[in-house]
Amino acid sequence: MKHLLILVPALALLAEPALANRVFVTNEKGNDVTVLDSETLEVIGTYPVGNRPRGITIAPDGSELYVCASDDNLVRVFDPQTMEEMHTLPSGPDPELFVLHPSGNPLYVANEDDNLVTVVDVKTHQVLAEIPVGVEPEGMGVSPDGGIVINTSETTNMAHFIDTETFQIVANVLVDSRPRFAEYNHDGTKLYVSAEIGGTVSVIDPATQQITGKITFEVPGVLPEAIQPVGVRVTNDGKKVFVALGPSNRVAVIDGETDEVKDYLLVGQRVWQMAFTPDEKYLFTTNGNSNDVSVIDVAAEEVVKSVPVGQQPWGVVVAPN
Amino acid sequence: MFKAIMGFLAGACALAGPGMAQQPPEAQQIRTAVLRVDERRLPPISRLDLPVADLGFAGARLATEDNDTTGRFMGQDFETVEITATPETAVAEMDRIIADGIQFVVVLADDATTLALADQAGDRAMLLNARARGDALRGADCRFNTIHVAPSHAMLADALAQFLMWKNWPDWLLVHGSHPEDQALAAAYRRSAAKFGATIVEERVYEDTGGARATDSGHVQVQAQIPVFTQRAPDHDILIAADESDIFAPYLPYLTWDPRPVAGSVGLVPRSWHPAMEAWGGTQYQNRFERMANRPIREEDYQAWLALRIVGEAATRTNSADPAALRAFILSDQFDVAGFKGQKLTVRDWDHQVRQPILLTTGLLTTSVSPQDQYLHQTSALDTLGIDRPETECSFPEVP
Repeated sequence: MKHLLILVPALALLAEPALANRVFVTNEKGNDVTVLDSETLEVIGTYPVGNRPRGITIAPDGSELYVCASDDNLVRVFDPQTMEEMHTLPSGPDPELFVLHPSGNPLYVANEDDNLVTVVDVKTHQVLAEIPVGVEPEGMGVSPDGGIVINTSETTNMAHFIDTETFQIVANVLVDSRPRFAEYNHDGTKLYVSAEIGGTVSVIDPATQQITGKITFEVPGVLPEAIQPVGVRVTNDGKKVFVALGPSNRVAVIDGETDEVKDYLLVGQRVWQMAFTPDEKYLFTTNGNSNDVSVIDVAAEEVVKSVPVGQQPWGVVVAPN
Repeated sequence: MFKAIMGFLAGACALAGPGMAQQPPEAQQIRTAVLRVDERRLPPISRLDLPVADLGFAGARLATEDNDTTGRFMGQDFETVEITATPETAVAEMDRIIADGIQFVVVLADDATTLALADQAGDRAMLLNARARGDALRGADCRFNTIHVAPSHAMLADALAQFLMWKNWPDWLLVHGSHPEDQALAAAYRRSAAKFGATIVEERVYEDTGGARATDSGHVQVQAQIPVFTQRAPDHDILIAADESDIFAPYLPYLTWDPRPVAGSVGLVPRSWHPAMEAWGGTQYQNRFERMANRPIREEDYQAWLALRIVGEAATRTNSADPAALRAFILSDQFDVAGFKGQKLTVRDWDHQVRQPILLTTGLLTTSVSPQDQYLHQTSALDTLGIDRPETECSFPEVP
């Protein structure tokens, strides 16, 4: 009787269309990845992934998990179900952050110490190209049609537009100091580039490569220097933009149509990267100084929980299935 | 000023166009020099502080590489000439640099030589002071053509004072050396104590009598001498050492009569940079420097790097190589530069000191970064460090 009672809710859960997804968080100083369940918000496990893991992403079909092992100078590829290492990819030195082509191949990697973007074929494990960019490349974004990859260089202060067919830089846009992240909206009409020291997010028209607006931030009671925009995420409908504001411990919620700040959500300390669940119910944020992840209810625009993870959480990705 | 802003707008437009992918046929040339003036000095007390041949130059090389990488996208080419001199030859070297057509000179020299070089250059070149820390150089002896990238004594003392007040250690025993620069640093600590409400319970002078500081058996004498030297001091929370000349401070920790921590020139030391700094992107900066120079970075390297990044940043933002345009932009309120310190670094218009957070470091780590959170300021929290506008003794001639 007791067994039956347990079985019934389990079956009911399986029948639900919105299954729980696995959330993967890299812990830069812990050299591991913490895996969470996106529904229960509990930690499933912690797995070693190599030295100084930072950027993390997952194949569109959920078959392969990619981790920048910065101090190993390569990308490690894991089975997202078992967290067993499948193989490694050559990434060039000090890979920090990367972006997958929307088709799932290739992978575009920012080599922070070497002023390069390395393009790696995830099937053949071959380096397809090395593209010289500005000093300290970090942010990587890709246009929804996959035609353009954006790299931001933190000391050069530019967003470099790279043609994915020719691997040539086709435009450079000078933005404010220390650009950390580049993110397109889903119809490809806007590109958001955050500037950590400049304290702004530049809104760029990808068609003309012109800056059409700059989002600035002001939080009462917080020193302006502490407001350092890093991660940017846009909802599929383009209506909400979330910007992680670093040591101000806030995530800004922005109207994606007017680019005006609507609210600031208090999260953990030094918030950098963020990831949505596929249904956009939740947004997860990595808080590097409080060693936790904040969970934001996207519709309600509220922080609903914080979950302790490993040492200095850096990147986060949610499995698509 | 007006010209600089116009240049900036033109640059932004040009940059945004797809045409910027190709380098223009005629690259803009931005030429700079680093002039390091080596004084004859005793070897340091600790061999860990032995001078390195590429001191300052290595930082300048990294900055020039950084500037050149950005320059590839701007059609700008950066070149830096490295020159070593003695106090006797420095002025002639400055003339040669200027005769060579260079108008931005990073100077690594003591206060007197820096001032002499500034006067020699006059309106022919802009100096970027990457070593001298004296307050007079930014005060009564200030020169319009000099930007002080190195933090001042007053900034370093204030940075430490803020931390000690937060720590609730307001009673200081001040021990300073007998050389003029030691006395200048001691004056900065007196000023900081008054500014932040600390009390200097007593001052003692450690006379440099010219004896051997470090010998094979030196520690035996030192072990006997330092406790005696520090005994019978009034109650204090901490000993502050002001020893710019590296005569005695490293001997103080663990040998003081009273069991008290030591700060200032040893112990908890205020600095512009530290090779273990990892926050704000510092890790990759350290990695890049160490890979290039095969040694940990020193303050002079960071300061020379920052000096040349200031020139590079101005060239990028103005899309210009015209020295007058770059000077005007650097001195305008439009200018800021990132320096791995978590916030914009800017230039004070009243004495041309670069505003910057100060690291409080032990041998191995950054213990804290000032300004401390509780010290507020109406314009910039960074102006709680050093000589603020109302108290400056610097007066620049009217800018034409």
